[in-house]
Amino acid sequence: MRTSPALAALRYLVLSLLAVLFLLPFYVLLRNGFSSDRLLARATWHWWPDDVSLTSLRELFANDDVRMARSLLNSAVVAVVQTVATVLISALAGYGLARIDSRTNRVVLGLTVLTLMVPAAVTFIPSFVIVSTLGWISSLRGLIIPVLFSAFATFLFRQFFLGFPRELEEAAMIDGAGYWRTFWRVVMPNTYGICAAVGTITFIGSWNAFLWPLLIGQDRDFRTVQVALSQFMNSQGVDLPQLFVGSAVAILPVLLVFLFLQRYLVQGVERSGID
Amino acid sequence: MSTLTARLRGRQDRNVWFWVFVGPFALGLLVFVYVPILWSVYLSFFDARNTVSPTHFVGFGNYLYLLRDPAFVSSMGTFALFAVFIVPVTYVCSLALALLVNRARVAQAFFRSAFFLPTACSYVIAALIWRLSLFSGARFGLANNVLRAFGLENVNWLGGANYGYWVVLVSLRLWLQVGFYMILFLAGLQRIPRDTYEAAAIDGAVGWRVLRHITLPQLRSTSAAVVLLLLIGAFQAFDEFYNTLITVGGYPPFARPPLVYLYLVSVGGGTQDLGLGSAGTIILTLVVAAVGLVQLRLFSLGGREERA
Repeated sequence: MRTSPALAALRYLVLSLLAVLFLLPFYVLLRNGFSSDRLLARATWHWWPDDVSLTSLRELFANDDVRMARSLLNSAVVAVVQTVATVLISALAGYGLARIDSRTNRVVLGLTVLTLMVPAAVTFIPSFVIVSTLGWISSLRGLIIPVLFSAFATFLFRQFFLGFPRELEEAAMIDGAGYWRTFWRVVMPNTYGICAAVGTITFIGSWNAFLWPLLIGQDRDFRTVQVALSQFMNSQGVDLPQLFVGSAVAILPVLLVFLFLQRYLVQGVERSGID
Repeated sequence: MSTLTARLRGRQDRNVWFWVFVGPFALGLLVFVYVPILWSVYLSFFDARNTVSPTHFVGFGNYLYLLRDPAFVSSMGTFALFAVFIVPVTYVCSLALALLVNRARVAQAFFRSAFFLPTACSYVIAALIWRLSLFSGARFGLANNVLRAFGLENVNWLGGANYGYWVVLVSLRLWLQVGFYMILFLAGLQRIPRDTYEAAAIDGAVGWRVLRHITLPQLRSTSAAVVLLLLIGAFQAFDEFYNTLITVGGYPPFARPPLVYLYLVSVGGGTQDLGLGSAGTIILTLVVAAVGLVQLRLFSLGGREERA
């Protein structure tokens, strides 16, 4: 289809304006992080920062109320362990559900699909009750283990494996390989794309999670960076430049993942809408 | 060949291997989803203030209390109002963005990334930018600067005296989510066969009519998925409400969607009433499951139509 140059120009004008609008909050975040308290409180809006230095950053890491370094470490441990374990657990389960016919297969599949419809956030109270009974409040175990079993990721892997060419696996099995060896030698090496897709979605979700870490990280030593920032924001006489420079640091890991693994993220999002 | 593999592996063997693969996941699902929900059903029939092993049975007392509690009923109203705004607005905006980006020949990847990038931001950080800079009620907020430039008064966006907080919450969620749904629509658009458009062009269809009679019908299944995801997403709203509205003095009495209500009743408020929280969870779970089932039914009916 052909369009007139005027229409195409208009389309690019609209696209460019929208792109500026969408990127604006990121710029405001940086501007605030590198401005002085005085500039931020001025009545008229200033586009340019006035304190481009590492002063606020240094003050933030020295601030014992926020414990930025500790909360970043907690977030990193949670996100990395959750990502690796979720991919592993879900890939195994997805393969089992797609390929191994067993009496219990339908039951587990049914329970998985049922879980898909009721998101974990809705049942946060039951999960909180169980975890506090186990004595896992304010612990890394409590932050990580309950969120490792993703019905969404398992279902995604199952759908993927249903479409995986059976011939490859059958050839391996004829050579005497069992389910286990076939899975690791033949199936997994051809599954990097979907593993990366599930991995990037899990990582970003885990790093940005708020409600569960808020419930579990009650002790200051077990706050993730999101909880730490949220509580910093609501403390008396908060130092705005510190708060914003902290947010800039907290957003950096996910931005890097986004920039370098966007292809897989897009794949993951596309798959999440189809089934 | 598959009969050969079937003979090689006995049925017994298969059951064992099934559990080796699925066991960890199934066990986790049981322990962290199903057992908790069953326990919650049990707790919901007890007076369980500050305890997880209550002794005082109250029957349907918690349920009746909730259904008569104006705060709970209004939390469902808040959800409904939020959904009425956010679902259609996000739907239209993400579809419009997808159509725009899909037609861009130059720098398509850049525009797609620019709109998709906010999905990587957390609600906590977005709320922080929105409430402290963009929609700050003080004079220095960007929105108030813009209003003053047009000769208008400053607006106290989050004070609760007006409905300004809806502007803040909806624009925040829109910014953060619209890219996600744009990606879904882009994938849907790219699945539409080119010759459908060519045939339409030969028939002289242009612009709005192409959208109405070709693009939208072809996006039916994507649309159904988007609407379902948007509804369930709105139901789960917690992070942006909490982080946008909570103050040093606590959460304000207005704009409490269901999850915020439950959080304040059972964990974050003065009394930790797990019985009431559990009853609320069961009610919400039933509502979400019902919405999901209705949508699934409509969706599969639509699917059958498409195949016929």
